[in-house]
Amino acid sequence: MDGEELTEQETALYDRQIRVWGADAQRRLSKSHILVCGMKGTVAEFCKNIVLAGVGSVTLVDDRIVTDESLSANFLILPHENQYNGKTLAEVCCDSLKEFNPMVHVAVETGDISTFGVEFFEKFDAVIISCCSLGKKKLINQKCRKLSKRVAFYTVECRGSCGEMFVDLQDYKYSKKKLEETIECQIEYPSFEEAISVPWRALPRRVSKLYFAMRVIEQFEDVEGRNPGETTTADLLGVVKLRKELCETNSLDESQIPDALLERLLTDTREFPPVCAIIGGILGQEVIKAISGKGDPLKNFFFFDAMDGKGLIEDISGPSTRS
Amino acid sequence: MASQEQLSAIKRAKVLMVGAGGIGCELLKTLALSGFQDIHIDIEHCSSVEAIVELVIDMDTIEVSNLNRQFLFRQSHVGQSKAKVARDAVLRFRPNISITPYHANVKESSFNVDFFKEFDVVLNGLDNLDARRHVNRLCLAADIPLVESGTTGFLGQVTVHLKGKTECYECQPKPVPKTYPVCTITSTPSKFVHCIVWAKDLLFAKLFGDKNQENDLNVRSSDTANSSEHSEDVFECRKDEDIERYGRRIYDHVFGHNIEVALSNEETWKNRNKPRPIYSKDVLPEEQTKENGNEEKGCAADDVSAMVSLSLKNPQDIWSLVENSRVFLEALSLFFLKREKDIGNLTFDKDDQLAVEFVTAAANIRASSFGIPLHSLFEAKGIAGNIVHAVATTNAIIAGLIVIEAIKVLQKDNNNYRMTYCLEHPSRKLLLMPVEPYEPNRSCYVCSETPLLLEVNTQRSKLWDFVEKIIKAKLGMNFPLIMQGASILYEVGEDLEEDMVAIYAANLEKALSELPSPVTSGSVLTVEDLQQEFSCSINIKHREEFDEEKEPDGMLLSGWVEAPVDKDNNKPIGNDESTSNDLPSVETLEGEKDDEIQETSEVVETFAGKKRKLSEVSEVTAPDPSGPSSINQNKPKKLDIDDEDDELIISDDWESLTKKKKL
Repeated sequence: MDGEELTEQETALYDRQIRVWGADAQRRLSKSHILVCGMKGTVAEFCKNIVLAGVGSVTLVDDRIVTDESLSANFLILPHENQYNGKTLAEVCCDSLKEFNPMVHVAVETGDISTFGVEFFEKFDAVIISCCSLGKKKLINQKCRKLSKRVAFYTVECRGSCGEMFVDLQDYKYSKKKLEETIECQIEYPSFEEAISVPWRALPRRVSKLYFAMRVIEQFEDVEGRNPGETTTADLLGVVKLRKELCETNSLDESQIPDALLERLLTDTREFPPVCAIIGGILGQEVIKAISGKGDPLKNFFFFDAMDGKGLIEDISGPSTRS
Repeated sequence: MASQEQLSAIKRAKVLMVGAGGIGCELLKTLALSGFQDIHIDIEHCSSVEAIVELVIDMDTIEVSNLNRQFLFRQSHVGQSKAKVARDAVLRFRPNISITPYHANVKESSFNVDFFKEFDVVLNGLDNLDARRHVNRLCLAADIPLVESGTTGFLGQVTVHLKGKTECYECQPKPVPKTYPVCTITSTPSKFVHCIVWAKDLLFAKLFGDKNQENDLNVRSSDTANSSEHSEDVFECRKDEDIERYGRRIYDHVFGHNIEVALSNEETWKNRNKPRPIYSKDVLPEEQTKENGNEEKGCAADDVSAMVSLSLKNPQDIWSLVENSRVFLEALSLFFLKREKDIGNLTFDKDDQLAVEFVTAAANIRASSFGIPLHSLFEAKGIAGNIVHAVATTNAIIAGLIVIEAIKVLQKDNNNYRMTYCLEHPSRKLLLMPVEPYEPNRSCYVCSETPLLLEVNTQRSKLWDFVEKIIKAKLGMNFPLIMQGASILYEVGEDLEEDMVAIYAANLEKALSELPSPVTSGSVLTVEDLQQEFSCSINIKHREEFDEEKEPDGMLLSGWVEAPVDKDNNKPIGNDESTSNDLPSVETLEGEKDDEIQETSEVVETFAGKKRKLSEVSEVTAPDPSGPSSINQNKPKKLDIDDEDDELIISDDWESLTKKKKL
């Protein structure tokens, strides 16, 4: 919205959330532009959250055609025949999202964004990607980092009862009120590539097993040329072998990455709606925090596993960037 | 991804959802999505898939301020039933689910124990304590599992309640919102919220509310019987009195004269800062000319606003004393000129712009008088209207957690139930913190039927006091039956005979010791609510004196576990839409919203308190692994990712947890 003050419409609509984060934060949100790539259930949840929150615009990227499976965890896709006819996921989701908040501009971008130039990303304040190969994640992260403007970068992945989220806010400065005074805070984030390159033995003890398991599977998919989530139980042998290699290289005991966990991640590849809601919610909160500059952002991985019900943060960074 | 077992448990399930608001919308959506995965685009194929059956109860209609998070609703739905619109919206993406909406209050008698027995699980997305207690009792009576939840801002929690196995919802004390002693409100305010309560429940009520209602406005601020007669006239507008004159007269009376009278009582101010009287002539010397004209044409009565009239655009601005005074006078004028018909039967409504303006201005002028910081209309509205701050993301997270627990319940996965807390700041890396449920509280008067103790002056207190302040307000019973031995002292019901109704009405007016079956020290009363199928006994003990400030009801109930009401606490996790709690918001508001002189039944949760974890219980009593009723497992089932050091939560952490949130 133009102008300094929130409009009457905004004040009325956003009243309850302005009471959480304040009018200034709301104004900043309304000027922000978000890029989202990979329209599965978790990302649909996230988009719903930020559209409701009143961001300036959301640009959706997903050229895949709507299929049966798309419907399974994505409430933005309405099961009517005339919705399809070759429409892409992004297009269908765009139509639904617009309804949630007419003040937010929702649009579709086509093409493979990892081939887009750096200047494309400059338009955005935050970039969220999902359903992406390892290579693509790194590439897009790098493009975001090349800009002088800070573009927040997030990845999110949900498989069965597990979910993982990654945040890169580069060099993030913000202020917050502690007791009576305002203090300045600064956090340095590693890129995705830097983070996952941190040798496992250098990490704090008792880092979540899910972190390691996801890295093994990620590597496996990369090496085997699979799309994310394109695995089955049959791959367990191959994955276990890879785990052995990685653990040896990293001096990590294999028991830190249990077979049962790997098997779950390989077989339950479809999204589980409650986990989508949870991860999509956490992601929504994080993006809102980063855009509004209010609240301590998490650094830098978030994991959830419905089996134990824990939602935890892991700081995976080298010594220079570790908080 | 739900396994086959999970799926079949889900598909056969009959689920009752209570509440279709912030949590409700997210919950209904997630529940629907979790129902089945094999949906095909081909519509014919769709219809052969079984779906979960749900019922949704909600008595509310949709408001604009809901739309920032209750995403199943649109602007065009404002005014319509939440339950119905939610159902319609979900059917759009899951056409084969059966959802039955009830636009009704869950406390209605049709939602009785038999009704509850039809379900496999009950999921609450409520916004007030009263309804939650009611549902809790019905679930206990019907022996149906209950999954409870609540959110406020970035905080939230999900808890699971199974009769006999875990705590019921009422086993843990629930803090009741602060009520303030009358004299704090009428004479010695020290916080802005006190001024709000004064402005809303006293001044606004006196000027615009029911004239027949008792009003403490001049209590203790005038000192003689003389002036109390006189004061009756003060607030009435005299015939042919110019509205502006009248406004100034009221202003001078409450902010000037009454303060002077209060000042004359030296004793009160010995250890307190003295207020200063404020007179309109000093703040607004000239007669206000109606520059901006509230004579605007086509200005509907509902849209009338002092802010608009005075060109005060931003509700976030803190007005000066002069501006507040202008708003006060202008709002008062507008009420009398444009909303005459409302005067005499208005109660404060946070969505009534003019009322909010008036209360804000009045509270601010009083605050100014007492040296209390002024607040913006936005802030004042939040306090006066008990507005709970709320965002979509927390509700979404909580809804996900609720569904996970609901699936466990449907699968009777007894060892894995969790209470989960959603934190704003991580504790030991955790933002979502699961905790094992606790065993039932043996002294819980709801699920363990322990007797309560009531200290009361049986010669002075009437049955009416007992019914209103104890039975209804504290014990949450709506249709009580009160007996001493075999004598019924009081009951409500539709099929009572007239002479019985008369007897009960007469009983209400009698002191306890004078009832047909006298209630004295040592008496034991049995109180039941037939609809909730809940009964408890109360032992009576006579006491002569009660502290007016600490025990304003003149009665003290114990054994009913009440959480301490601290002044500056910041612990609770609230309920969507309900009374907000004292959490510091990001804007470092005083955080003291809410508060009426009378208790409201809306509350917030807390997780303070000492309790016995199930795992502790197992150490004390030798666990019998084959015991069907034991849920004494310390470790959850085979979770390979469970680290050795992963204790779920120990009670020590509660202190650090709560301390953290005080920031």
